[in-house]
Amino acid sequence: MMDYEVIFSNIPLYFEGLWVTIQLVLMALVLGFFLALPIALLATSKNILLRVPPKSYIYFFRGTPLLVQMFMIYHGMGQFEAIRESVIWIVFKEAYWCALIAFALNTAGYTAEILRGTIEQTPFGEIEAARACGMSKTTLYRRIILPGTFRRALPAYGNEVIFMLHGSAVAGVITIVDLFGAAKIVNSRYFVPFESFITAGFFYLCVTFIIVGLFKKLEFRWYAHLHPRTI
Amino acid sequence: MNNGDAALVVDDLHKYFGSDEVLKGISLEAHEGDVIAMMGASGSGKSTFLRCINMLETLTSGKIYVRGELIRMKQDRNGVTVPEDMKQVERIRTRLGMVFQQFNLWSHMTVLENVIEAPVHVLKIPKNEAVERAEALLHKVGIHDRMHYHPAHLSGGQQQRVAIARALAMEPNMLLFDEPTSALDPELVGEVLQVMRNLAEEGRTMIVVTHEIGFAEDVSSRVVFLHEGSIEEEGPPSEVFKNPSSDRFRQFVSKHVETEQVIKT
Repeated sequence: MMDYEVIFSNIPLYFEGLWVTIQLVLMALVLGFFLALPIALLATSKNILLRVPPKSYIYFFRGTPLLVQMFMIYHGMGQFEAIRESVIWIVFKEAYWCALIAFALNTAGYTAEILRGTIEQTPFGEIEAARACGMSKTTLYRRIILPGTFRRALPAYGNEVIFMLHGSAVAGVITIVDLFGAAKIVNSRYFVPFESFITAGFFYLCVTFIIVGLFKKLEFRWYAHLHPRTI
Repeated sequence: MNNGDAALVVDDLHKYFGSDEVLKGISLEAHEGDVIAMMGASGSGKSTFLRCINMLETLTSGKIYVRGELIRMKQDRNGVTVPEDMKQVERIRTRLGMVFQQFNLWSHMTVLENVIEAPVHVLKIPKNEAVERAEALLHKVGIHDRMHYHPAHLSGGQQQRVAIARALAMEPNMLLFDEPTSALDPELVGEVLQVMRNLAEEGRTMIVVTHEIGFAEDVSSRVVFLHEGSIEEEGPPSEVFKNPSSDRFRQFVSKHVETEQVIKT
């Protein structure tokens, strides 16, 4: 019935895939975060001209599937001769970099939306207090608005990290041997679809569990100031 | 106008919200050591007036001099009056400590961090010096034992005392209080008023928007009563409370004295 022999003998392949998944997700999260911050700041601007481009960005990347975005970059870019003949082709011809770009752009859209919401939730009194003691706008953002924002964004951002991990499985579709790619290889070699995919699922589950634990710790450390103290 | 020795001169201040004129030409002069109690019904414009002094609200017309220095204003493209130089406004704001009705402490910082924040990051005072000063101030307002708490874990009265310490940490020339006890439970009002009383006794220059008749009567050097955006009654408390010239002020006082007695009994 169930054949877990082949799974055990292919465990190293799963670990290699896991490592690729972790690399892609971590890099995408870091790049995406630094992209998201200016997008979110512009999206909260009072000037409508400054607000439209970041809002359109958020709208597009939240409005289309990650798989479509990745295909547009991996398959779509190669269609243009100008790109094929330029130096950036080095990046776009590699499935790995295409996946990373798609992931980073995608998570930037979601993260920017999370940050935009929490920036706008900054209690107005805290901003007034900062202005009343002579803070400049940059100091206000650096010391009051952003530190408060990052803390309040933690629970929602933890969700986004988990979504990114699970979304990253689409990398396996474009020849990358990530966790899902590894499961696909095992399945195609031995035709044990249930065993090969549930094993990948088990790995995703473990990583998710670790992420949840990590964010619980972070929230305890950085979010406790808003919780009522129970003595 | 000679205003060299005045801590604050406000000259013919007008303020519109849309087409509503909420301040209709208010002039006020405060000297070093003055404690001015601004009173008036809600909607009379007293909070707006206070917030115009440090430009949290921009005035529509009029002049404000802080220690003889005029806050320069200009018209923007839409004809709205705005400060000409934000750097000047920021510098003047460091000289005017503000205490808010809702305390407005920075919730992600501890009490101590709240108090040292502006001295370190606006005045650029070395951190250890700021901490030393903050600890002394927290002692003074009686909250040093909660130094490492976050605001959410303090009572309203405690939070307001921290907010006063935060304002004092800038060593301002003048303190502006915007209804500092209005958001507090009645039993917590006393501790905050006591701190303010002590500050007045030290000779600090203060403008206090308040409903506390008792505080205005005992502590202030001058009472200013606003009604619908104009000064209706003004003078030393000994005079205005005994012989008010305006009926509205008389009504205001008797109504508030009644409520205070109801609360006490």
